[in-house]
Amino acid sequence: MTEPYALSWLVGTLVDRRFETPSAATLELDVPGWRGAMAGQHVDVRLTAEDGYSTQRSYSLASAGTMGLPGGPVTSERISLTVQVVDDGEVSPYLTQDLQVGDQIELRGPVGNWFVWHATDPHPVQLIGGGSGLVPLMSMLRTRRDVASVSPFRLLVSVRTPGDALYADELATLEPGVAVTRVWTRTGPPGFLGPIGRVNADILRDACFPPDLNAHVFVCGPTPFVELVADTLVDLGHDPDRIRTERFGPTGA
Amino acid sequence: MMVLSDALGACMAIISRGFRGKRETDPRIPPGQYLEHGFPVLSAGPTPRADLSTWTFSITADGGALKTWTWSELTHLPHDDVVKDIHCVTKWSKLDSVWRGISLDTLLSDVEIDPDHAFAMAHCDGGYTTNVPLADLRGGKAWIAYQYDGAPLAPEHGGPARLLIPHLYFWKSAKWVRSLELMTENTRGFWERLGYHDYGDPWKEQRYWGD
Repeated sequence: MTEPYALSWLVGTLVDRRFETPSAATLELDVPGWRGAMAGQHVDVRLTAEDGYSTQRSYSLASAGTMGLPGGPVTSERISLTVQVVDDGEVSPYLTQDLQVGDQIELRGPVGNWFVWHATDPHPVQLIGGGSGLVPLMSMLRTRRDVASVSPFRLLVSVRTPGDALYADELATLEPGVAVTRVWTRTGPPGFLGPIGRVNADILRDACFPPDLNAHVFVCGPTPFVELVADTLVDLGHDPDRIRTERFGPTGA
Repeated sequence: MMVLSDALGACMAIISRGFRGKRETDPRIPPGQYLEHGFPVLSAGPTPRADLSTWTFSITADGGALKTWTWSELTHLPHDDVVKDIHCVTKWSKLDSVWRGISLDTLLSDVEIDPDHAFAMAHCDGGYTTNVPLADLRGGKAWIAYQYDGAPLAPEHGGPARLLIPHLYFWKSAKWVRSLELMTENTRGFWERLGYHDYGDPWKEQRYWGD
């Protein structure tokens, strides 16, 4: 067991921000004192107003993991977060629009030692993301690339429209080593003749490693997406103990 | 960029220029939390499915069951209807959530408890565990909840029954609970082994190890 360690607040300086889609931006931050992270972990961000009011949110790391690697940890104090703008949100509009290069925010982490891929693990890995649920999966894919892992990876990602697709160009560079399947829930790209709609059992059966390969399965996205995918995978014969989930967003229930 | 000392002068906060926040504040919301009007779901894996005809809840110690209730037996015990604020370590708080459940006082009064058993571990379908001092389960502070907002507790929210310990961060309110193991020594549960705080008092912001 890892020994307990305290997660102290660190100061991150924005060094670059780029929009991945009209409603999602990647923040590159320099964080002196950053201890590193495994692929799939997240950080807590704290914003404080001039009068002392403060609030916190969690964001997944998009950058490659620097711990748990076959060659030992990599030292890096640069991290990237991809922030999806939440309509009427308190923090995401500030991070994606108001925060300027050179500005500082407080953050601490890494948090979450469960939804992580260990780059030393040779098992096949099935990644399934809905919307911005792709972010921690991208961290795993970047880690796989950086350590030249040969673990078989497949990615199934559910996207509303081509304009909402995160990391499209970079994902293209990972193929054919990583098989990428996209499900368009509202509009497909020009010339796309396949079905438009939500993931279902047929799509999961076709796009995912079969249950007998004992792949690690990571599912991240809005709660209804994760519930549907995880339930269907269990129905298809996947071992529930090999399915790790990360859900976000209110259910409205 | 300005740096401001807080009232204690102990830690320094970075001021986020131009940040105002929505300030949907309420004295019932602990530090670092924001008000949530929906009911988010957080679980580490697929939602388990329960068969109420074979479902049981047990209090165990030293490897054996001290007492086991079937679904029917449990839900025919005197219940409490409680309205509680709940606080998730992922930062959302929900005020005035409405639950029905059986008080742990009622269940614990039905078993002979060794005075050395000062800690408990909840065990759940799906393998989830969480640890809590026995004292935090007593005195009208904890329930086995099986209804939320007047309806059977939905599976994704922990149904058929979950632990409800609203004075601690909500990961302690274990979903799909099946047994409570009484222990003489404190050992860590699932999230507590993975970096989350052993106790989890939201008013002290005990989120992670070392908080």
